[in-house]
Amino acid sequence: MTQMEKIVPATEVPLLQVRDLTRRYGARIGCADVSFDLWPGEVLGIVGESGSGKSTLLSCLAGHLAPDAGQVIFDTASGPKDTVQMDEPERRRLSRTDWAYVHQNPRDGLRMGVTAGGNVGERLMAVGARHYGAIRDAATDWLGRVEIDASRIDDRPSAFSGGMQQRLQIARNLVTGPRLVFMDEPTGGLDVSVQARLLDLLRGLVREMGLSAIIVTHDLAVVRLLADRLMVMKSGRVVEQGLTDQVLDDPQHAYTQLLVSSVLQV
Amino acid sequence: MTEQAYNFAYLDEQTKRMIRRAILKGVAVPGYQVPFASREMPMPYGWGTGGVQVTAACLTPGDRLKVIDQGADDTTNAVSIRSFFSRTAGVAVTEATAEATLIQTRHRIPEHPLTEDQILVYQVPIPEPLRFLEPREPETRKMHSLEEYGLMHVKLYEDIARHGAIATSYDYPVKVEGRYVMDPSPIPKFDNPKLSGCPALQLFGAGREQRIYALPPYTRVDSLDFDDHPFDPSKADHDCDLCGAGDSYLDEVIIDDAGGRMFVCSDTDFCRSRRAAGHAGRLGTPAGEAA
Ligand SMILES: Nc1ncnc2c1ncn2[C@@H]1O[C@H](COP(=O)(O)OP(=O)(O)OP(=O)(O)O)[C@@H](O)[C@H]1O
Ligand SMILES: [Mg+2]
Ligand SMILES: [Zn+2]
Repeated sequence: MTQMEKIVPATEVPLLQVRDLTRRYGARIGCADVSFDLWPGEVLGIVGESGSGKSTLLSCLAGHLAPDAGQVIFDTASGPKDTVQMDEPERRRLSRTDWAYVHQNPRDGLRMGVTAGGNVGERLMAVGARHYGAIRDAATDWLGRVEIDASRIDDRPSAFSGGMQQRLQIARNLVTGPRLVFMDEPTGGLDVSVQARLLDLLRGLVREMGLSAIIVTHDLAVVRLLADRLMVMKSGRVVEQGLTDQVLDDPQHAYTQLLVSSVLQV
Repeated sequence: MTEQAYNFAYLDEQTKRMIRRAILKGVAVPGYQVPFASREMPMPYGWGTGGVQVTAACLTPGDRLKVIDQGADDTTNAVSIRSFFSRTAGVAVTEATAEATLIQTRHRIPEHPLTEDQILVYQVPIPEPLRFLEPREPETRKMHSLEEYGLMHVKLYEDIARHGAIATSYDYPVKVEGRYVMDPSPIPKFDNPKLSGCPALQLFGAGREQRIYALPPYTRVDSLDFDDHPFDPSKADHDCDLCGAGDSYLDEVIIDDAGGRMFVCSDTDFCRSRRAAGHAGRLGTPAGEAA
């Protein structure tokens, strides 16, 4: 943050303002009336049982799915704008510059036929990088940051383990320094030990880069470690939200109490 | 069947009008792939039915047609397309680039500079330059409309990562007037510089894929590259062994059982006219002096 910005805190607005966001699938509710603010540098966790609407909400926020109602106001370079009303070219531009999306299944977020270096370099090239050496240096640097040996830079992700693929997907997303990262179950589908290492890495990156992120997960350990704030969803609605420790240590809603006491296996 | 059984240039007038509309749209939006309703032609797709339909829609009775395949006028493909149009349109034909008003080509741009009075029609097998990395057609269409061309550079990046240099030597992707990324058809990258600022109208027809696109005269065409790996049209460091040309695209020809080789112009008309003008290469004699 520059000196100027510190002196003028009045200009600070939420990075994301979500208002009454609703998405139905025919008669069924995907998510309904979701509202929250996300501030710069904040990590928001979204938990809830299977089918509670977490992925639907995340897809609506990231512009992959059109909501039926509501607003998703993002603080763009030219001020806050409702991304739901935005035309598609502008929204797609945001998703390759200011936003990043980490899929649960790395196969959905990687180009399996392209080398690790090409996967990491793609976003750089998409925003106009035209110096091969510089792209390669950035890719090498990012492979190191996600603990992939630089000697693997010309290997395809199909030759990587699941954990490595997920770390590669993270590198590919973070290389352009996005302002907001969406993650849907980033540690899902991985062995417990691999999960722990990935979580460690994510926590380091979030701190070091001051990332703003929205992380959907089943796993309360993930939110405990990563999320500043927590939103609990049930049947498409937010039943409770607040600071992570507060919600987990002193849950108010009966459903959250069940969730936390692990009576409910999410 | 007699000639009278065909409409002029084989296709009926309504079809030709439809193709001309696609061509005009292509000319209006250089490098943009215009869909068109490709017709069955009495030849297999691999023979360039897209180019043939574009040629049919452009020909007038006063035209003089040249057809080349790999730079040569005398390959089976070139001969049969030429005879197809001399039968169905009754147009004059020629092998001389300078004398032709319309040239249909596969794999080459003639060496002899083209003029404003000429049309160059390319046969295109695969018009979509993004296909290699993104097989979904609706997605590639969107990428074109939103100018999302990062993937093209991913392809070149992969080339350099794997081979140390951009190994793509045919079908080398270009950007047209700073806007549309275009597949120049499988011409050697040696020919890419000739695409740009060309006085002739250049038309591209893909029959199986039902696409037409165009470069109007004097369109700027840039070959994609990296700042530190600039586009290199790569000229072989030989001269033509027959005509001595030092600036033409060469084919390597095995000449004896001992593995003897020679390099000759792939553009047969260009080589022949140079020899007729008295030029000779390492193994050649000027025309007229030959036995
Ligand atoms: N494409 C779809 N068509 C119809 N209904 C859907 C579709 N996707 C999700 N739903 C329904 O919307 C509700 C919310 O689903 P969603 O996938 O958002 O939940 P989730 O919290 O991400 O679940 P999980 O933890 O299993 O990933 C569920 O009732 C689900 O069945
Ligand atoms: Mg989900
Ligand atoms: Zn020659």
